[in-house]
Amino acid sequence: MSSADIHLHQDHSHDHDHDHEHHELPWIRKYIFSEDHKIIAKQYLISGILWAILGGLFSLIFRIQLGFPNADLSWMKPVLGEWIQNGKLDPEFYLAMVTMHGTIMVFFVLTAGLSGTFSNFLIPLQIGARDMASGFLNMLSFWFFFLSSVVMFSSIFISTGPASGGWVIYPPLSALPQAMSGSGLGMTLWLSSMAIFIVSSLLGSLNYITTIINLRTKGMTFDRLPLTIWAFFITAIIGVLSFPVLFSAALLLVFDRSFGTSFFLSEIYIGGEALSNQGGSAILFQHLFWFLGHPEVYIVLLPALGITSEIVATNSRKPIFGYKAMIGSILAIAFLSFIVWAHHMFITGMNPFLGSIFMFLTLIIAVPSAVKAFNYIATLWRGNIIFTPAMLFSIGLVSFFISGGLTGIILGNSAIDIQLHDTYFVVAHFHIVMGSASFFGMLAGVYHWFPKMFGRMMDERLGYIHFWLTFIGVYIVFFPMHYIGIAGFPRRYYSWTGFDAFNSFADLNELISIAAILVFIAQFIFIFNFFYSIFKGRVSSLNPWRSNTLEWTTPLNPQHGNWPGDIPHVYRWPYDYSKPGHDEDFIPQNVPFSKTPHSNFPHEKDLHE
Amino acid sequence: MNTTTDTTLPGYSRPEIINSKKMILWLFIVTIVMLFAAFTSAYIVRKADGEWLLFSLPSIFAYSTAIILLSSVTMQWAYISLKKGLIERTKLLVSATFVLGLAFLYVQILGWGQLVEMNVFLGGSSSNPSGSFVYILSGVHAFHLVTGLIYILIVFSMLFSDKITKEKSLQFELCTIYWHFLDLLWIYLFVFLLVNN
Repeated sequence: MSSADIHLHQDHSHDHDHDHEHHELPWIRKYIFSEDHKIIAKQYLISGILWAILGGLFSLIFRIQLGFPNADLSWMKPVLGEWIQNGKLDPEFYLAMVTMHGTIMVFFVLTAGLSGTFSNFLIPLQIGARDMASGFLNMLSFWFFFLSSVVMFSSIFISTGPASGGWVIYPPLSALPQAMSGSGLGMTLWLSSMAIFIVSSLLGSLNYITTIINLRTKGMTFDRLPLTIWAFFITAIIGVLSFPVLFSAALLLVFDRSFGTSFFLSEIYIGGEALSNQGGSAILFQHLFWFLGHPEVYIVLLPALGITSEIVATNSRKPIFGYKAMIGSILAIAFLSFIVWAHHMFITGMNPFLGSIFMFLTLIIAVPSAVKAFNYIATLWRGNIIFTPAMLFSIGLVSFFISGGLTGIILGNSAIDIQLHDTYFVVAHFHIVMGSASFFGMLAGVYHWFPKMFGRMMDERLGYIHFWLTFIGVYIVFFPMHYIGIAGFPRRYYSWTGFDAFNSFADLNELISIAAILVFIAQFIFIFNFFYSIFKGRVSSLNPWRSNTLEWTTPLNPQHGNWPGDIPHVYRWPYDYSKPGHDEDFIPQNVPFSKTPHSNFPHEKDLHE
Repeated sequence: MNTTTDTTLPGYSRPEIINSKKMILWLFIVTIVMLFAAFTSAYIVRKADGEWLLFSLPSIFAYSTAIILLSSVTMQWAYISLKKGLIERTKLLVSATFVLGLAFLYVQILGWGQLVEMNVFLGGSSSNPSGSFVYILSGVHAFHLVTGLIYILIVFSMLFSDKITKEKSLQFELCTIYWHFLDLLWIYLFVFLLVNN
C-alpha cells in the first residue's frame, strides 16, 4: 500500500502542474464539448441520474392515483396546474405519466444512462486504449442524446401534454391526433426526440464496436477480455442491428401522422367520422416495434450483467465460474433476442401455430439465462466474499434476475398469456427482471467505479442503508403485483374502482404506493452520497478493490490519454483471484507469468519477451 | 510525465485490424442495411395481408438505375486514377460522378411525377400502402444519396487543398465505398420492387 500512496502524491502534484501550466484545451472543450471518453461517460451518468429522478417522480404521480383513488390531490395543483381538476388527476395526464415513465426509464436512463456511462468509461480503460476510436463521434453521440433529451423534456410542458399512448406508441392511438390530446404535438415531439436518440445510440455503438475490435492493447486477446467488455460489445451489436428497425417504424408513423399515408391505419371511425385511410395494418407496427423492443430488453440488461460478473468475481476473490460459458450465454441471449419478438403479440390474432414456435424460442432463453444465474452463484460459493455496497447491489441483481426470470417462463406460454397479457403480472415481471435488475447493475457499477471516476470513495455506510431500503422496497413494490395481475387487473388503467372484482386489492395497491414513495425517497441517500463524495469523499487508493483489470493501473485521476507513459501489456485473463501459490489473492492482468513462477499452471508461459 | 493526448505516445500505434474509420463506415452501412431490411420486410408482411394496389413501376426508374450504375463506374475510375497519381483526371471524374448523382435525383423526381400521373399517391384518400412504400423506399434512398453527394463535395474540396493525394487516399476510398453502397442499395430496391409489384 505504501508504494500506492507515493504514486498518489506524485499524481496529485502532476494534476496541479497540469491545471496551472498546460492550457492546451480551453475549459469548454475539456468539460463541456469534450472528446475524452471519461468526461463523456460522466456527462451520460449525470444526465441519466437527472432523468431517473424525473422518471421516478412520474411513477409516484400515477402510484398515488392507484393507491389512493379517493384522495384529494389539490395539493399538487401548484405544480401540475390544469392537470388537477376538482382535486382529481386528469385521466389523460395519468396516461401521459405512464407513457413518459416508461420512455424515460427504458431509453433515457437504462439505455443511455447505463450503456452510455459504462461503455464509454470502461471500454478504453479495460482494453488498454487511450480513447475511443473516434472521440469526435463519441462527443457527437452525447450531444445528440442531449438534444433528444431537451426535445423530450420540452414535451412535458406543452398544454396538450406529452405522448400518452404508452411507451410502445401503438397506432392507431398514436397516429391520430384526434384520438387523445397526447397524440397531438406531444407525440410529434416524442417521435422527433426518439429519432435523434436513435442517431445518438447508433453513433455510440459504432464507436464501441470499432474500439473493442481495433484498439485492444498488446496481449488483450478476446479470451482475455473482462466480461464487462464482452457484454458492452454484444450490446452494441444488438443496438446496431435493432435500432434502425425502430427508426423505420417511427418514420412510417410520421408519414401516417403528417403526410396522409396509411401504413398502419385502416377503416377507422373516430368521433362519428369515417377516416379515408385504407389498407394499413396496425399489427405491422407492432412487428416492427418489437423487433427493436425485445432486443432492447437485452440492450438494457446485458451491460448490467457484465458489470455484475466483474464485481462478483472481484469481491468473491475467486475466478468467475465458467468464463467461456458466460460469453457463450451472452452470445446465445443476443442471438435469441432477435427471434422472439412476437411473444409480445400472442393475442393480436396470431396464428396459434406461429405462437407456439415463438413460445418455444422464448422458453429457450431460459437456458443461457440459467447458465448465467448458476455461474454467479457458483462464483459466490465458498468465496471470500467482501460485502462492499457494489457487491450487495450485484447480488441483488442476481436475486432479481432469478425471481423475475422465473415469471418470464410463465409469461412466455402463449396459452397462459391470454389471461396474463397486459396485466400487472407483466408489469411485475419486467420491472423486476429488466427494470430493477438493470438499475441495480447501474448502481453497482457506480459504487464500484466511483473511485476511478472521481478519485474518491463513496460512503460505505450510506451505501448499505441505500441497498437494504431499495432491495426490500423493490420486492414490496413489485411482488404483490403478481397477485393483482393473476386476478386479471389490467395495466395502464386510470381507475379500477368501477370493477367490484378488484376492490379487494385496494389495500395491496395502497401498500405498493407507500413502498414506492419510500423507495423513491431512499434514492436521495444515494444522490447525496454521490454528489457529496465527488467533492468531499475520502481520497481513494489506486486499486481500492484489489482488482485485476487494467483501469486500476492508471493514475488516480487519469488525464486524457489514460496512461501517462506506455500502455500496459496484458499477459493473463482478468480473473486470477486467489490463485494457489501466489502470495496475494489477486494478480493483475499486466503481470507477466515470468514474475509469478510459483502460481503458474504448466501451460501458462509468456508467449513474447 | 506528459499528460497531453498525443497519438505519438508509445503504445498507441498498435497495428489496427481494420482501419477504424473504415470500420465505422462499414458499421454505418450495416445500420442502413437494417433500416431498409425493416422497410422491405414490412412491405412483404403488409402485402401478404391483401388489399394491395397493383401497378407497374414507372418505366423511368430503369433510366435512373442506369445513371447510378454509370456513376459508380466513374467513381471507381476516379479512385483508380487517384491511386495512379492522376489528380486532374480524378477531379474530372469526381465531378462527373457528382453530376450523375444529381441527374439520378432529378430522374427519381420525374419518376414520382409518373407515379402521380398513374394515380399512385404517397398519401391522401386514394392512396394505398403499396404506392406509399415506393415513395418511401425511393425517398429514403434519395435522402441517403444526398448525404453521399455532400460527402463527394467534401472529398472534392480536399482534392484541391492537397488533403487527398496518391498517398493519403483513405477519405477517397471511404467515399468510394459509400457511393458503391448507395448504388447497390438502389439496385436492390429496384429489383425488389420489380419482383414484388
